Amino acid sequence: MNPVRRTAARLPPDAVYLDYQATTPVDPRVLAAMLPYFSEIFGNPHSTGHGFGLAAADAVEQARAQIAAVIGAQPREIVFTSGATEANNLAIKGAARFLKSRRPRVVTLATEHKCVLESVRDLARDGIESEIVPVEPSGLVDLDRLAAALDERVSLLSVMAANNEIGVIQDLRAIGALCRARGVLLHTDAAQAFGKLPLDVGAMNLDLMSISGHKIYAPKGIGALFVRYRPRVRLEPLFSGGGQERGWRSGTLSPALCVALGTAAELAAGEAADESRRLAGLARRLRDGLVARLDGIEFHGDPERRLPGNLNLGFAGVAALDLLAALPDIALSTGSACSSAEVEPSYVLKALGLDDAGAHGAVRIGFGRFTTAAEIDRAVERITTAVARLRGSNPGDPGR
Amino acid sequence: MNSPAAFSYLDHNATTPVREVAVAAMAEVLAETGNPSSVHRAGRAARHRLEAARRSVARAIGLAETGTLVFTSGGTEANLLALAGSGRNRILCSAIEHDSVRHGVAGTVEIAVEPDGTVDLETLAALLTADRAPALVSVMAANNETGVIQPIADIVRLAHAAGALVHCDAVQAIGKIGFDMAALGTDLVSVSAHKVGGPPGVGALALAPGVSVTARQRGGGQERGLRAGTENLPGIAGFAAAIGAAVSELATYRELAVLRDAMEVRLQAIEPSARLFGVNVSRLPNTSCVALPGVSSEIQVMALDLAGIGVSAGAACSSGKVRPSHVLEAMGAGPELARSAIRISLGRDTEAAEIDRLVDAWGALALRRRGKRGAA
Repeated sequence: MNPVRRTAARLPPDAVYLDYQATTPVDPRVLAAMLPYFSEIFGNPHSTGHGFGLAAADAVEQARAQIAAVIGAQPREIVFTSGATEANNLAIKGAARFLKSRRPRVVTLATEHKCVLESVRDLARDGIESEIVPVEPSGLVDLDRLAAALDERVSLLSVMAANNEIGVIQDLRAIGALCRARGVLLHTDAAQAFGKLPLDVGAMNLDLMSISGHKIYAPKGIGALFVRYRPRVRLEPLFSGGGQERGWRSGTLSPALCVALGTAAELAAGEAADESRRLAGLARRLRDGLVARLDGIEFHGDPERRLPGNLNLGFAGVAALDLLAALPDIALSTGSACSSAEVEPSYVLKALGLDDAGAHGAVRIGFGRFTTAAEIDRAVERITTAVARLRGSNPGDPGR
Repeated sequence: MNSPAAFSYLDHNATTPVREVAVAAMAEVLAETGNPSSVHRAGRAARHRLEAARRSVARAIGLAETGTLVFTSGGTEANLLALAGSGRNRILCSAIEHDSVRHGVAGTVEIAVEPDGTVDLETLAALLTADRAPALVSVMAANNETGVIQPIADIVRLAHAAGALVHCDAVQAIGKIGFDMAALGTDLVSVSAHKVGGPPGVGALALAPGVSVTARQRGGGQERGLRAGTENLPGIAGFAAAIGAAVSELATYRELAVLRDAMEVRLQAIEPSARLFGVNVSRLPNTSCVALPGVSSEIQVMALDLAGIGVSAGAACSSGKVRPSHVLEAMGAGPELARSAIRISLGRDTEAAEIDRLVDAWGALALRRRGKRGAA
């Protein structure tokens, strides 16, 4: 019941999916947990007047508790959303608008996800200023530089826990301490980190955290926002209506999707330590395999502080789009999925100091729960052959 | 599904079980990996599915071929995108709209309804001429509490003559009655998957050719820049399968009115003082709204629940809050009557035995009430 193998029924049998930062296959255990909520326990979780609705509501609450437990939060601090994009929009716009009269400014990093940068930009219409702090060539933010931006006019800082393109992990614990000392709310887009890295809202002083389902083997269409209860974080809702989710997020919840996210969170957190070690091994295998066969490889992003299931690299003289076209059976990407149809070079890589040519050459390789060592080996072979062909030479000696 | 011998689920306007074809469609997509925005083969396969689903939903609601369909997280989000994104500052909505329309944006002007539950067209005409600012008129195709069907074609005619756009919340109408967006001339239409046998968490806003909205949720530029966020592809596939099936079964769905009408006759016979809403106008075939004077909605819902029957006191989202229905109040029912009404909504699989159980349990409630009155 390996979902990747079932996918391969439509793709060539030896296709390799290496785009786990774009989306992940649904884990069969998650699927099994969610399916009954489509047909057997189908009540509207907000219809609390009858048993049908109550059974669905119980499932939603259990899922909320599962998610909260992963990050050291209380269940009431978890708001379900349609995904991380909505959670990011709600967190940033909601908090900044609420605090606008006292603190009319928000701060974020140049390497944030597009929906964070767009949300910040959107706030200009409400008269809220923003500052986009640059990052170092490693992709990490300099803490002194960040501290200098956090003055008494700033309501909120939004910093991604782990970057979707380059996998770099920011020092949230240190950033949280900076924010707390200055009375600035800290939001983190943890779409790529939740369920993979240890995140603790208490120890890290996090006020808001965005979570995505489809990055942790749950389906698309579900996410969550952690909203700190003490000291209480207040938000202006993005849309109103039936008043569900404590009024922050109206709309009927999907019990199936909530159960999927709760199950996926619990599974991921329970397996995170072993899985991180396994993925770090695969990353080494991939990196060493390529370096042994090819010259002129540049790895992007801090080599130590990074997601174990991500490599971002460039092959000198090879454009990423040409490489992708040469490898139709290996799912790789040039950057984030939402912008992958664009020809613009990645703004994340440019923020690291890469020039246009360097950014155009970057390939993101993402792997995860269902990736095997054999698939990594196959990818190494094919990438090597393709790069060599594109460079107009033969593959180098494996031992070089 | 639960055996009808054990439970009667009569709250299908709140949500309805996911159709088997929708579960199958979702299962197929859930087994695949791919982000519709990715350019590789897996991503393109996902994109292909997304666009096929978009065409199916568009066809089911009669969206013109050059129109736009934006997938959202549900009817609530679609309603807000329509109201807040339309660019119109003057918004006229009927007094019986769903809360997501009534409270979706600030400063909406309410259009009164007739005692029968239909929008008062004279009031609408007066409001349209009272102010020259380009307006957006928002009226639902059918009401979620009473099932009363609104004169959308007339509303469109009046609104367009005054230069106004028309948004129609068709969440409860789609799949229950015929609805053809192009024929009606509506400019924006909201739909929801879980009311037609698709999963909760998916909906769409349809835009007639030439109509656009400003995005509320920003980010990766999905949905032609009108709604950011990775699309809920399995849910969307389930939505497309369900809405297609629902629309193809409209003729048999209409038969539910026979079951519903017979039930209402029996309820009225048991308790002559019971008040049925919307009975003299066109209604959804599955919906019944009935007040039992002297017994609060909450007591009725609880008593019926104990008897294994699921009904509701008004809209599901406001369940748990003790508030008289704004819909019934707008129809001129006093707060006391509005506080004693329940909504009974049938589904395509509802059987006569389930109705019998409802009639028996409701009848017992009515008798108990009479007993109390007699004793007092």
